[in-house]
Amino acid sequence: MADAIAFTDRLLNYTIIISSILIGISLVLLLYRIFKGPTNPDRAVGLDTIGINLMALTGIIAIYLSTPYLNDVALLVGILGFLGTLATAKYVEKGVIIDRDMD
Amino acid sequence: MTGTWIELVVNIMVILLLLIGAFITLSATIGIIRFPDIYTRLHAATKASTLGVTSILIAAFLYLYVKEDIVSGKLLIGIIFIMVTAPVSAHMIGRAAHNSGIKPLTKNRTDAYEEAMRKHQ
Repeated sequence: MADAIAFTDRLLNYTIIISSILIGISLVLLLYRIFKGPTNPDRAVGLDTIGINLMALTGIIAIYLSTPYLNDVALLVGILGFLGTLATAKYVEKGVIIDRDMD
Repeated sequence: MTGTWIELVVNIMVILLLLIGAFITLSATIGIIRFPDIYTRLHAATKASTLGVTSILIAAFLYLYVKEDIVSGKLLIGIIFIMVTAPVSAHMIGRAAHNSGIKPLTKNRTDAYEEAMRKHQ
């Protein structure tokens, strides 16, 4: 039993490295979409997905360091990415983010 | 809780969830790169990214619960938050794109939303 647990611990270390590399490749490809993207909503989609991928990377680093302090970081990155996506969408649609016409 | 069979099972589950989550996230990105249109790119980005990040956060929750004896409610709130807000942001981006005049790729099909809006006026 102890041998099997030690084996899966080593396998978990390799898995963390492989997952970090896959998500890093994903971030680089999304940067390509943001630079290339033909229209502005394409760039908004890329930025939204970068925020979600940063949440996933924070979860992987929390497993690697085995610390609970990064859970706040994951939640906060998600909230900030959502607010940024909403602001970008409203800017693309109307040109203003906060409209003061209350009629 | 060290040295029991629960630790072995949870290690295997964490490994599988991490691999599945990373693979699904990478395939979502390949969808964003390869799809021809803003609306199909939204289709790839929203669904697949939500499933991938949910798998990875569930893996982090399980690992912290078994290894460190921590029940992290913030990770559960993060999972629920992602599942609630990803469709909202995709809807906002899609409506902004359609209202700013970006045509969808209409090969063998029609733009039903534009026809409905024209009929509504």
